[in-house]
Amino acid sequence: MPNMDPKKTPMPSQEPCIRNGNFKEVALGYTAEMAVNEAKRCLNCKNKPCVSACPVCVDIPAFIQQVALENFEGAYEVLSRSTSLPAVCGRVCPQESQCEGKCVRGIKGESVGIGRLERFVADWHREHATAEVTKPESNGHKVAVIGAGPSGLTCAGDLAKLGYDVTVYEALHVAGGVLSYGIPEFRLPKSIVAQEIDGLRKLGVNIECNIVIGKTLTVDDLFDMGYEALFIGSGAGLPRFMNIPGESLKGVYSANEYLTRINLMKAYLPNSTTPIKKSEKVAVVGGGNVAMDAARCAKRMGAKEVYIVYRRGMQELPARLEEVEHAQEEGIIFKTLCNPIEVLGDENGNVSGVRCVEMELGEPDASGRRRPIVKENSEFVLDVDTMIMSIGTSPNPLIRNTTPGLETNRHGCIVVQNDDGLTSREGVYAGGDAVTGAATVILAMGAGKNAAKAIDNYIQRK
Amino acid sequence: MFEIVSKKALNPTVVRMTIHAPLIARKAEPGQFVILRAGENSERLPLTVADFDREAGSVTIIYQIVGAGTMELNTLEQGDCLHDLVGPLGVATHTDGLKKVCIVGGGVGCAIAYPVAKKLHGLGAEVHSVIGFRNRDLVILEDDFRKVSSEMRLMTDDGSHGEKGLVTAALEKLIQEGNQYDEVIAIGPLVMMKFVCQVTKKYGVKTVVSMNPIMVDGTGMCGGCRLTVGGETKFACVDGPDFDGHLVDFDEAIARSGMYREFEAHAREASCNLLKKEVE
Repeated sequence: MPNMDPKKTPMPSQEPCIRNGNFKEVALGYTAEMAVNEAKRCLNCKNKPCVSACPVCVDIPAFIQQVALENFEGAYEVLSRSTSLPAVCGRVCPQESQCEGKCVRGIKGESVGIGRLERFVADWHREHATAEVTKPESNGHKVAVIGAGPSGLTCAGDLAKLGYDVTVYEALHVAGGVLSYGIPEFRLPKSIVAQEIDGLRKLGVNIECNIVIGKTLTVDDLFDMGYEALFIGSGAGLPRFMNIPGESLKGVYSANEYLTRINLMKAYLPNSTTPIKKSEKVAVVGGGNVAMDAARCAKRMGAKEVYIVYRRGMQELPARLEEVEHAQEEGIIFKTLCNPIEVLGDENGNVSGVRCVEMELGEPDASGRRRPIVKENSEFVLDVDTMIMSIGTSPNPLIRNTTPGLETNRHGCIVVQNDDGLTSREGVYAGGDAVTGAATVILAMGAGKNAAKAIDNYIQRK
Repeated sequence: MFEIVSKKALNPTVVRMTIHAPLIARKAEPGQFVILRAGENSERLPLTVADFDREAGSVTIIYQIVGAGTMELNTLEQGDCLHDLVGPLGVATHTDGLKKVCIVGGGVGCAIAYPVAKKLHGLGAEVHSVIGFRNRDLVILEDDFRKVSSEMRLMTDDGSHGEKGLVTAALEKLIQEGNQYDEVIAIGPLVMMKFVCQVTKKYGVKTVVSMNPIMVDGTGMCGGCRLTVGGETKFACVDGPDFDGHLVDFDEAIARSGMYREFEAHAREASCNLLKKEVE
C-alpha cells in the first residue's frame, strides 16, 4: 500500500541562522527510514512520465521500488546504469522542472522526492558498498575527452564502461569543472565530487589535469597521438561584464572569480593562501543559480549585508525556487526590478557604492519574459563595498581558435549536427555548455551520454 | 612530474628555476607564461617563460621572492617537484617583420624581456637593449643581454653599475641619436612601462608592453586580469599579456595591482614566521 501523504518527507537541514555562518552542507540527507517512507509514495506508474523528463533517462520508478524494498545497493545498480554522478545529480539537478515536475503525485500534492532519494542511494552506496569497481575489458580503441566537467566525465564514464581507453584532459589542477570551481561546498561537498571522480578512475578513465587544449595540445595533436575520436566538453567559462563605468574598480568580481577563489582555491578555510576581499556589504548582480551561490558564499565569508540585484521581478528569477528560498532564509536581500548603471569608487579605487535605477516590466520580449524598462527619475545609490557580476558566461575561445574546420556560431558556441553532438569535424563530438551556452549540470551530462553512444557507433562502424 | 632540474640565485632575491615539462617546452614561445602551484594547497602563480629547451623538454622561469607564494616556491630545491604546472598560456610576443627593436627591461622584468631579445636577435633583427635595476646587487642577465644586443645601456638608480639614471632617459637618448625603431618592447614594473610609453608616444614609436596582472586560472575564466585597452575590456591571460602600450590604461592597472596588498603583507609575515619555525 503506497504512502498517500500529500507532502514529501521533509529534508533535515541546518538551521538558516547557523548555516549562513559555515560552509557545511545545507541539506543533511534522509535517514534510511525517511528514504523508505518517501519511496513508498511512488505509485510506480506504468508510463513513467518522470523518466521521459530526465536528460539521462534514469529508470526512476525502478530505483525507487528498490529503496522501498530496502535494497539500497540494488537501487544504486539501477541508478548507475544511467548516471555516472548520482550523488551530484541528487543534489544539484533542477528536479522540479524535470522528473519531479512530471510526477503524478505532484498533481494533487507534492511530487515524490526523487532528487532526495537519488542522493540518499548514492550516499548510502558510498558509505556502505564493499564491492570493488572492476575495469571493463579493453576494446583497444582510444578516445580523448576535453574538459573534466559534468559532460566530459559522463561521456568518459560511459565510454569506459564499453571498454574504451579514455583520457580526459583538464585545464585546471583539479577535475570536476563547475562541480569543483563553481558550485559551493555547502551545496555540493567537494569530497563527494572527488569520490565520484575516483569511481571513474577505477573504471579505467585516465584524467590528466593541467593540460589546456588549444594551448598545451591542440585537437589535431590529439588525433596525431592516436585518439580515434574526441569529445569537447570545455564548458562556458568566459565571464560577461555589463560594460558600465567603474567595473574595473577594486572590489568588482566576476562570479566565476569569486566562486573560484572560494571553492577551488579554498579561500573559505581559515589558513588559506588565497586572497579574497573581506566584504561588509555586497551586491550580486544577476538572478540565476550562480548569483544565489555567490550571494550565499559572500554571507558565509562574513558580509553583513548581501543583495541580489536583478532587473526583473521575483517571478522572473531564473534560479531554482529552492535556491531562492534558501538564500532568503539565510538573510540575502532581494533588490529586484533594479539595474546597476555605474559602480562608484573612493579615492583609492575601491568600490564604494553602486548607482542603480528602478525598473518596471513591459511587454514580453523574444525570450517570452516581460521586458524590463527603466523607471524615470528612479536613480539611487546602493551602499556596498563589493560587487559580483553574475550575468552569464560564454564559451572559451581557446579551442575554436586553434581548431581549423570547427564550426561555431556567433555566440562562440560549437555547432553540432544533432543530439549526438557531432561537430563539423569528423570524429569530433561536443556537448554541454560549450554547445548550448551556460545551462545545467544535468543537461551537460545528457549531452555527454548521447555523444558517448554516438562515438561508440562511429568507431564501431569505421 | 614537473621536476626541478636546476635552481640558481641570480641575485639575493631573484632565482632562476628550470623545470622538466616536455609538453610545455614543445609549444612555448617568448612572451607566454605558465601557472604553477608549489604544493598541494598553494596559490596559482603566473610566471612568464624566461627560456625553454625543446630538446631537453624543460622550461625556465625567473622569479623574485616577494610574497608568500614565491617564498613557498623558493623552499623547493633541485630534484623536488612542483605540484602543478600548466601552459604555455597567453599569446606569444609578435616578432614577425621587426627589423630594428629596442628592448626595455626593468628589474626582474628583464627575465621576460631577455627571451624576446634573444628570439629577435636569432631572427636577424637589430636589437638594442636598455635594462635597468635599483643597484648593482640586483643586476641580472647582463652578459646574456650583451650577447644578443648591438647596443646596450645598463642603468642603475644609484649609479653603482652602468650609468646612473632611469631607463626612460637612456631610451629617449637612443631615439634622439637618430635610432628609428620599428617597435619598443617594454617589460618591467607598471610605472616603468607607463613612463616608457609616455616617451615613445612623444616620438610616435609603437610600443608593446607585457602586462602581469592578478589572475587565477589563466585561461579566460575568472576575468580578474582584465585591463582597459583602447577603451575596451581585455583579459591579459587570453588576449595578452602583450598589448599596445599607448592604449593601456596604466593608472587603472596600477590601482588594480594593489587589490590584495594588505592580504599579501599579512601572508608574507605569516609565511616568514613559518619558515623561521622550520629553521629553529
